[in-house]
Amino acid sequence: MKADVQAIGSAQKTTKKRQGHSAQNRFNTKWGLIFLSPWIFGFFVFTLIPIIATLVFSFTNYSPVTPESTVFVGLKNYSDMIADKNVANSFMVTIKYAILALPLSLVFGLLLATIVNSKYLMGKNFFRTIYYMPAMIPVIAAGIIMAGIMNTNTGFINMGLESVGIPGPDWLNSTFWIYPALVLIGLWGLGNLMVTLLAGMQGVAKELYESAEIDGANGYQQYLYITLPLISPVIFYNLTMMIIGAFKYFDLAYVLKNGTGGPAGATNFYNLYLYKNAFQYNLMGFGSAMAWVLFIIVLALTIILFTTSGRWVFYSGGKQ
Amino acid sequence: MATANKTRPSMGVHRRDQLNKILVTGFGLFIVLMFVAPLLYMFVTGLKSYDQMNDSEVPAIWPFSRTTFDYQGTPLDLYKLPTANGTKEMAMLKPGRTESVFIDPQNPVAGPITWQGNWRLLAPIYHSDPQWKNFIQAWNELNFPLLLRNTLIIALTGTLGAVVSGIIVAYGFARFNFRGRDFLFIVLIGTIVLPVQATLIPTYILYSKIHWTNTFLPLIVPNFFANAYNVFLLRMYFMQLPRELDEAAMIDGASPIQILLNVILPQSIPAVTAVCLFHFFFAWNDFFSPLVYLASNSKLWPISVGLQYYNAMHGRLPNLIQTGALITIILPVTIFFLAQRVFMQGIVFTGVEK
Repeated sequence: MKADVQAIGSAQKTTKKRQGHSAQNRFNTKWGLIFLSPWIFGFFVFTLIPIIATLVFSFTNYSPVTPESTVFVGLKNYSDMIADKNVANSFMVTIKYAILALPLSLVFGLLLATIVNSKYLMGKNFFRTIYYMPAMIPVIAAGIIMAGIMNTNTGFINMGLESVGIPGPDWLNSTFWIYPALVLIGLWGLGNLMVTLLAGMQGVAKELYESAEIDGANGYQQYLYITLPLISPVIFYNLTMMIIGAFKYFDLAYVLKNGTGGPAGATNFYNLYLYKNAFQYNLMGFGSAMAWVLFIIVLALTIILFTTSGRWVFYSGGKQ
Repeated sequence: MATANKTRPSMGVHRRDQLNKILVTGFGLFIVLMFVAPLLYMFVTGLKSYDQMNDSEVPAIWPFSRTTFDYQGTPLDLYKLPTANGTKEMAMLKPGRTESVFIDPQNPVAGPITWQGNWRLLAPIYHSDPQWKNFIQAWNELNFPLLLRNTLIIALTGTLGAVVSGIIVAYGFARFNFRGRDFLFIVLIGTIVLPVQATLIPTYILYSKIHWTNTFLPLIVPNFFANAYNVFLLRMYFMQLPRELDEAAMIDGASPIQILLNVILPQSIPAVTAVCLFHFFFAWNDFFSPLVYLASNSKLWPISVGLQYYNAMHGRLPNLIQTGALITIILPVTIFFLAQRVFMQGIVFTGVEK
């Protein structure tokens, strides 16, 4: 049976090489493009043309209130961006949040994955389900729940801190504590990170641990020199998505502070400020300029991360 | 010999294993506690009245109310009063710093009793009093049936579009090798990192020109043109299906469409289910797009936007906001518990195999 299939396969290969070559190619191209056509159409209509249009709009003063008085203003929106203190602030907010959130999320995600992967953990499925579950809570509801738990009067966090004699901070109204608060909310919903890291850990060959054991490596050394390097591609993928995610940050900042960007601009994330310019102040030309800068940043970050990944990401099958 | 060598140290190892088990599981349970605490907060706060929430003397987090005694038409708070014959439950008529006046609920006709001491040192008496009616109030104020209907329309039609188009495009990438295919696939994957804002403003202007803003269409129609995550997951799944069945069907004269419907799809139920769940939850959670496209038509708001508005409007009633949050998370969390296996497998597929 298997030999038959192989025979068909190799027969096809030889026919492909000879006279059937172009017929087969034409068949594949025709059907491949037919099946890809919904995406190709969608890519042009919903992605490529709008990206270019965003660039064009970014050179105009387009406003949906007065579309008839739209004129080209050159690079004015971009120079306005540089002059606008709020833009610089929104950059700083985004970066401050990312610097705090990325390492903490990664470490906590690794901790969760390590726990549920541990051979010492009893009732693994129970733990996996509970650790993942907050990721299923819609982000607006999660923000509301966590805002409650950080409430200075009735929230559990400050009640717990006060019971051990530490006065709890006003998490959501302090320009300093708002960032740890946002990170804490993020840590609650790390399910996807945990599951992908866990799958990476389970993909590491058992033999590696066995031979390390024979060589006398303890659990900690095995974790550091086998587990972490072998799951570095997963870590890398998640890190990339988290950095990009920081520049797309919107929902939680909006729900916690009702879109005001407070306290004192501390949650005026880049993306939130972009939204406000385009849809609240009707400055769609300026918003387009901000969107294009965002696009360039994300593109640049992605390229930098992928071109440097070879230096610190370990691919077991050699470089990819 | 070898077994003898192994069993000796394993006595100690066994004990250490037991200790490790207790430590790791104990730490795991500690994190479980931290993870469940916010839900507990939501639940108990959602069951409180405004007064219960702000009563700082209440002995536990559960919604308790002060027990009262009706004296001549006015409810009086009951306190534990130390007397010569032990502690008695007494209703306070008039508080005072050095002396307070009480009524004995057992014997109210005896009239007011004066007690020497600061009333603030007395412990009030509480009874459990959860406000189940909060659910009815939050349900009505949110207009939850309408929000649910809108969310289901957006999520279900969007899921249909995302799954059908995802299957078609993934099949094209998985089974037809042609020049430029790999380049197109890289472009597709590249759209994963593309921020939605990069395309938002022109698409918004386009939709408003064709009168699609303040309708569901901008939230539904684009899903019919395939999305990178879904295509990626389905393509991965299709590629690991054996080609022999495809080829056998082709020899029998089946067209590619027939092969997709009759050979590939019946084998791909788990992947298709995962994509359905992913898209359904994505649409259920989505806040940004409905905020942009449905802002001025509250009749079409989905749960996410409705709940955020409720939160913004009722900042002074945090208890009802928690009740509202609880109402909105019941369905997604229940679906998750029922379908978690399929769900987590799907995450592994998209997140690791890159």
